[in-house]
Amino acid sequence: MRFRFAVDVMPRDGILDPAGRAVEAALPQLHASNVHTVRVGRRVELTVEADSAEGARQTVDALAADFLANPLVESWEIEAIGG
Amino acid sequence: MKVAVVVFPGSNCDRDAAHAVRLAGAEAELVWHERTELGGADAVILPGGFAHGDYLRAGAIARFSPIMAAVREHADRGGLVLGICNGFQVLTEAGLLPGVLRRNTTLRFENRWVRLSVERRDTPFTHAVPAGMTLRMPIAHGEGAYWLPEADLDRLEASGQVVFRYAGPEGNPNGALREIAGVTNERGNVCGLMPHPERASEALLGSDDGLLVMRALVESLATAGAPA
Repeated sequence: MRFRFAVDVMPRDGILDPAGRAVEAALPQLHASNVHTVRVGRRVELTVEADSAEGARQTVDALAADFLANPLVESWEIEAIGG
Repeated sequence: MKVAVVVFPGSNCDRDAAHAVRLAGAEAELVWHERTELGGADAVILPGGFAHGDYLRAGAIARFSPIMAAVREHADRGGLVLGICNGFQVLTEAGLLPGVLRRNTTLRFENRWVRLSVERRDTPFTHAVPAGMTLRMPIAHGEGAYWLPEADLDRLEASGQVVFRYAGPEGNPNGALREIAGVTNERGNVCGLMPHPERASEALLGSDDGLLVMRALVESLATAGAPA
């Protein structure tokens, strides 16, 4: 069976996020001075071939912790998505 | 004496590193990342560049290149491994060195000369540096801010693993914690630094201070011989 997931990786709270800060610095030029606390992460979508949803989920859990994110400085959330 | 310089797709300082190794008096061989052995090399350099496009995180994909199993075995046997810039990032991702190289806090790619204090002159990578000398070398990176949790930093310092620090009027170019520019593993046989010794290996390049690092590496091999 095929299972599709999205893994959202974000800089951990309290860790300086230079990409978020750079985006934030441009906001006044967009007259968006009411927008702040920007943080930039990345989203990885993938399809897993597995016998069960649980098995597929375990595969993604392991990949996220070992490869897609660096647990020292990043956190992540896994979401099952259709398609 | 032979030094293997690993070439990942996206490495761009491999030939410079090999040239510097030859200037330091050893043979250098470029080793493609898909190989699974180091060709009998006595030491390994992971060079600068953008291995696998730096996608995901710098070094994150290179860590799984086939050659890395041989690099890890070499390190486990006590063999010398030097990671320069992107190579340093690969070594931290691979867990062969502690820490993370995060995006520069300056919000830019930093491409300039820096000055380094040498905190340890008794390592295989620094013993050729005269006492009190600081090293002038270039940096060129977007992700070079050394980071570890505070308690781990204290342990790193206590065990003498901080080898290079940004110093002098050039200052800390990237927001690295405690000005850390280069570290070793606990055993002291694996070293990584963000500045480029190979780009400072001839006076013509503006500095030959980096050649001292290459010479130290090569002389260590001559003294110790290859790891068993």
